[in-house]
Amino acid sequence: MKRRELLHALLGASAAWGCGVREGEPPPPPVAALGGADVERGHRLVRDLDADFESAPEHRVPVAIVGGGPAGLSAAWWLARHDRPFTLFELEDEVGGTSRSGASAVTPYPLGAHYLPLPDAANERLRAFLHHMGALDSRGEPTPTTTVREPDERVFYGGYWYPGLYPYAGASAHDLAQLGRFHRVLDRYAGVRDGAGRPAFALPLARSSMDADLVALDRETGAAWLDRQGFTSPRLRWLCDYACRDDYGLSVDETSAWALLFYWVSRMPAPGEETAPLLTWPEGNGALVGHLRALLRDRVQPGHAVGAVRQDEAGVTLHVSRADGQRMRVRCDRCVLAVPDFVRARLLPGSVSPSPYSAWLVSNLHLADRPAGLGSEPAWDNVLHGSESLGYVSATHQRGRDHGPTVWTHYLPLLREDAREALLEAEPAALADAVAHDLERAHPDLRAHLERVDLWRWGHAMVSPRPGFLEGGRRLQERSAPIGRIHLAHTDLSGVALFEEAFFHGTRAAEEILAAGPHPGEGGAPT
Amino acid sequence: MSTAGLEDAPRVHAGVLYLTVFVVATSGLVYELLAGTLASYVLGDSVFQFSTTIGTYLFAMGIGSFLSRYVRDDVAERFLQIELGAALAGGLSAPLLFLGFAYADFFAVVLYGMVILIGILVGLEVPLLMRILKERLELGELVARVLTVDYIGALVGSVLFAVVLVPELGLNRTSLLFGMLNAAVALGGTRALRPLLPVAVRRRIAVTAVLLLVGLGAAFVFADRLVLPAEQELYAERIVLVKQTRHQRIVLTQGRTGVQLFLDGNLQFAEIDEYRYHEALVHPAFAATGEVRRVLVLGGGDGLALREIFRHPTVSRVTMVELDPQMTELARTHPVLKELNQRAFDDPRLELVHDDAMVWLDQRGPDAEGFDAIVVDFPDPRSFSLGKLYTGRFYALAAQALAPGGTLVVQSTSPLYARRSFWCIEATIRGAGLHTAPYHATVPSFGEWGYVLARRRAFDPPEHLSLPDLRFLDDASMAQLFVFSRDMDRPADPPGPNRLDDQRLVRLYEEEWSRL
Repeated sequence: MKRRELLHALLGASAAWGCGVREGEPPPPPVAALGGADVERGHRLVRDLDADFESAPEHRVPVAIVGGGPAGLSAAWWLARHDRPFTLFELEDEVGGTSRSGASAVTPYPLGAHYLPLPDAANERLRAFLHHMGALDSRGEPTPTTTVREPDERVFYGGYWYPGLYPYAGASAHDLAQLGRFHRVLDRYAGVRDGAGRPAFALPLARSSMDADLVALDRETGAAWLDRQGFTSPRLRWLCDYACRDDYGLSVDETSAWALLFYWVSRMPAPGEETAPLLTWPEGNGALVGHLRALLRDRVQPGHAVGAVRQDEAGVTLHVSRADGQRMRVRCDRCVLAVPDFVRARLLPGSVSPSPYSAWLVSNLHLADRPAGLGSEPAWDNVLHGSESLGYVSATHQRGRDHGPTVWTHYLPLLREDAREALLEAEPAALADAVAHDLERAHPDLRAHLERVDLWRWGHAMVSPRPGFLEGGRRLQERSAPIGRIHLAHTDLSGVALFEEAFFHGTRAAEEILAAGPHPGEGGAPT
Repeated sequence: MSTAGLEDAPRVHAGVLYLTVFVVATSGLVYELLAGTLASYVLGDSVFQFSTTIGTYLFAMGIGSFLSRYVRDDVAERFLQIELGAALAGGLSAPLLFLGFAYADFFAVVLYGMVILIGILVGLEVPLLMRILKERLELGELVARVLTVDYIGALVGSVLFAVVLVPELGLNRTSLLFGMLNAAVALGGTRALRPLLPVAVRRRIAVTAVLLLVGLGAAFVFADRLVLPAEQELYAERIVLVKQTRHQRIVLTQGRTGVQLFLDGNLQFAEIDEYRYHEALVHPAFAATGEVRRVLVLGGGDGLALREIFRHPTVSRVTMVELDPQMTELARTHPVLKELNQRAFDDPRLELVHDDAMVWLDQRGPDAEGFDAIVVDFPDPRSFSLGKLYTGRFYALAAQALAPGGTLVVQSTSPLYARRSFWCIEATIRGAGLHTAPYHATVPSFGEWGYVLARRRAFDPPEHLSLPDLRFLDDASMAQLFVFSRDMDRPADPPGPNRLDDQRLVRLYEEEWSRL
């Protein structure tokens, strides 16, 4: 694939345009690491489905959790909080799923998800967890270093950085009128309560109303809804498109209109009130899973692939193969299946029809010094208008280090089919070059400071909330119901890939196990 | 010497040649004075700079005289060419040196290189002229007349320089004017020495001389715009140093009232009244504390607060955390700055750290030994990256670094021009759990300036200075600092504290200062 084609596939037409103007192509930046889901292990998992486990040794555990992403870890945390024994099996060497993080001598940095809106008072479990990890103080207020430090965001538009996310510079009266009307529409939804007192859009999604007139929004795309509402302002439509790419890895043309509104309104406590502040850490949501991992370390088994899940009257059997090739059968009373649908479809054939996923390229740019940029001063989140990427987040911002070396995390959702192919086929150096090209528009001297780029490919990063994903409002209930002794936990159940959803499902599945009572071998668990 | 030369020699106009000697002598002396003056402007210590530049210049002239023996033929042509060279090098000497000291790190190399070049050219002039004239006069007469005109020229040059040229024209235009005179001599020489020059040579020299005259003349007219750092117009006084570091743009200017330091265009101190600012910054905090042994200075890379701190004999250790290593290096080595801060950066009691103060305090942790006094001297909160150094989080970290009986003092912008900003800073410090005593001092270069003292326990403003013989403060005047007139006092509706995630101070500050 030629450079121009690759840039076009990854970043869209506007990015590829003009890449040939410069004489000679710049040497691609050095790539130090290429990470992502372990494909080899994934394949072994498939092979081992048919392998002979009858002769393998059997281990007994009271509760097994399959999957060490945020959902599985949350289930483990909730069980641990209630003194219930369990063992968690994770395919990869590191738990954390898409909330994992990396670290250099300069700073830790995210490999995936990187912030969490402050949960509202109704989300007690998540607030209790945040308090436990020290992100909320005894009054329930975020600690000073946890909420995003100002300036939180800026947008690169027409050659300059501007504060905030909406490009106000040069906006016409028409643009601003539409923005105002859009905010009024969101405000109105923020005030909606259904017959049962449930808000229209709330986090976790399970708290949202599933009244028919609201669920009807799920029948069309965000773009169609904007059309119908008469929202034609290109800037407003860009903002909505950005929101969909940010949370779902989809364009607004592909996203359910319900999900578009959910993005905005679920973070608004009440009409006219400020949006919930964002909580973040240098390593992004790696801090959340890091806290869970530290608490649960001895009960977590990384490098353990679960190839099959079979249940009978008395319990559940897992076929587990370790990274060193050893096989075993794990017999448990109950099991939490905290894996994405495409994995679940293999472990428990026929139990689910796989959902569509979005793919991402997350790149960490290690910089010896800060590249120059015109306009407002560097923020935590730095968004590029007119690029298909989301721009970058600065890992040193939250600690207050505004000078010298840093790490920028660049997020690129792969919107088109050819982009996913490019992600798998392109040379790492070419991918890194495309990322540098994307940022060079705003920072022409970027390459002079760029020491290396770490690439992380997320083939199945997040479930896609396309129109119809709510399944008429029945999705959550129908998909979350336990299958015998197998309890389910994953953001795929909700259809939106947010930490809040993972945490909700993890603790819910754990709660189901607690409610089912102590398993036969256990002499009465403490209450 | 050809017979043609002998025959033609009498026709060379002697009067013009004596005028030439006069101009050459005057301009030679003016270039010498220019270099000496510029060196003392920029490098300070005028006696040393003057004597070394003039010594070097005279030595270079000696080299020039010695080199004149290697000019065998075409003496007149060589003389005129040297005159053109002197016009170019001498004429542009001041502008080039101005650019040199603003941007070059090796100003001394540029300066002495220039001095040596001009000295050699000027040193060549008189011996060659004498050789041209020797065809007309016997040796004794020749030496007497030429040297008489030479010394008169030197006298005129030195008197003109001090009385007319520098006050009326300034250094740049003086230098350009004498360059034009040298070019005019070369042009006149093509007529006066016509018999000694082939036509083609004469034409070439005349054209070059005219071009030089036009070029130097244009530079003379546009001197201010052409030769000074582009930002000169932003500053009232003459820029003597521009340094772009990774963190900021440092500009030093010099005028009648001494030097002024600007960071990113904002005045940091003016020599004439900085003692008021720095005495008021340091000594009340010391007066509020018992014995001060360990001191932390955050910011303050010019070293002037350090100077005041080191006056206290009880001080055994000072840690300075300053972001910009090039700022402290400049303050340590620049002749004017190191004289002003009394070589504070060479004091063995100083431990210098180059880091972001907030990150440094954070990484230091709560268990490290506390400081008896913490002096916070940051630029005003003009940006979010500066504003974070005025947040509750920052003051909580500073409070943590304070010894139990220690005192924190914070420069807090002007309570008069930015009243709400000042009281926002005060509220932020109180919000971090400290007790405060706000005060202010008049610093004419800045206006009315504000500070906040803070301690862990409630306290009254200090009454007795621990040092006698300050220039600004005594016990009676210090008591006055803590009294706020109505137009600066805490507003009835004081602003809430400044937070990392809501930097209201940055917006407030911009709003208040943009009103002025």
